[in-house]
Amino acid sequence: MSVFIPLGALDDAIIQKIAEISGENARRCMQCGTCSAVCPMVESMQPSVRQLMLLLQHGRSGAVQEATTAWTCAACHTCLVRCPRGIDIPRLMEGIRQIVLRQNLDRVDPRAIPAETLAALPPIALVAAFRKLTA
Amino acid sequence: MKISYYPGCTLKSKARNFEDSALASLAALGFEVAELERWNCCGALFSLTTDDLLHQLAPVRVLIRAKQAGAGRVTTLCSQCYNTLARANRLMREDEEKRNTLNQFMTEEPDYFGEVEVVHFLQLLRDEIGWEKIKAALKKPLTGLKVAPFYGCMLLRPKEVGIDSPVKPSILMDFIAALGATPTDFAAAEECCGAYQVLAAPEAGLKRTKRVVEAAHASAVDALVLSCPLCEYNIGKQQRELAAPGGALPVFYFSQLLAVALGVDAGSCRFDLNAAGARQLLEERGLIAAAARK
Repeated sequence: MSVFIPLGALDDAIIQKIAEISGENARRCMQCGTCSAVCPMVESMQPSVRQLMLLLQHGRSGAVQEATTAWTCAACHTCLVRCPRGIDIPRLMEGIRQIVLRQNLDRVDPRAIPAETLAALPPIALVAAFRKLTA
Repeated sequence: MKISYYPGCTLKSKARNFEDSALASLAALGFEVAELERWNCCGALFSLTTDDLLHQLAPVRVLIRAKQAGAGRVTTLCSQCYNTLARANRLMREDEEKRNTLNQFMTEEPDYFGEVEVVHFLQLLRDEIGWEKIKAALKKPLTGLKVAPFYGCMLLRPKEVGIDSPVKPSILMDFIAALGATPTDFAAAEECCGAYQVLAAPEAGLKRTKRVVEAAHASAVDALVLSCPLCEYNIGKQQRELAAPGGALPVFYFSQLLAVALGVDAGSCRFDLNAAGARQLLEERGLIAAAARK
């Protein structure tokens, strides 16, 4: 991943917004990469959790909202247990998801779920997915 | 007074095999619970936002129902319900401002201050009944069965509500040993099953299924035990989607193996709701009668 570092003052609007929603401060990240190392979903993410934290610190709001990271996160809380800075990364991911979802942009369309999938899935799968991925 | 029992949505539909086997096992151990007379969905996941309390109403209402039942404790089987209720309970105990807002919003409900204790079924087995009593009650020890624990996420994380160490848990290993089976650790015991991503990012979810199944095969286990209907779906049923599954890995709810070891009628185990291979394994090992097949 190439990282674009803007000249001049960094825009911290997205960091502020995430802090407002989730109570977590992305500035505390020291880029050790433990989160990415323990993340069970990291191979399906683009960029990784650590890289996303760097984008946040650089104020790259657009890139953060385009990233698949928060949408691939399964809220398993493994990174929370391991983060040496004590950042509640699952909450921070929730903040990123909510910035998008609160614009009424759903990531799952209930109408598009095949009937056989609906019939097979346990109710907690559906409730959890709608809670995390719809407005 | 009997401890209150909160089943949750999935236990009453897809996971009857979990609930029926657990309640039958408890009865066999001489321990009774009383299902809450009224309950609603807990919300399945604890809300991680701090500026929106609306999603805390569902679990808090369940806790209020438990308070009204008067037992002071509520137990659950589903790991997601346990996690959601336990975290909402901590919020009501520890965050005065949010507690006041929620209590003021729910004008039709009595105020709640986190008085009820949320207990997972495995904690009841460990702390209330005890492994020794379970060992003494075994009718059919699972001798020779190599069983690995699959904790998943919600029993262990975050550590404030975990029923055991978030990095080195032993409760399921102790449980397996108590049943007379051979507890077998494996590399993915505390990993995520992919959770709700089975719906949104199924390819990513299947990578989790593959990883867990391969890790279990690498440790030559006969079966996994777990406590979450979503883990059961993702690790058990989703094996059918793997191109090269490398041999089916039977997956059980912990309560099903408990019921078998206690000699409870296998009908309560509802193995017909498990993924393929579960009932067959127990029949092959002579732990349940082949005649029980429906």
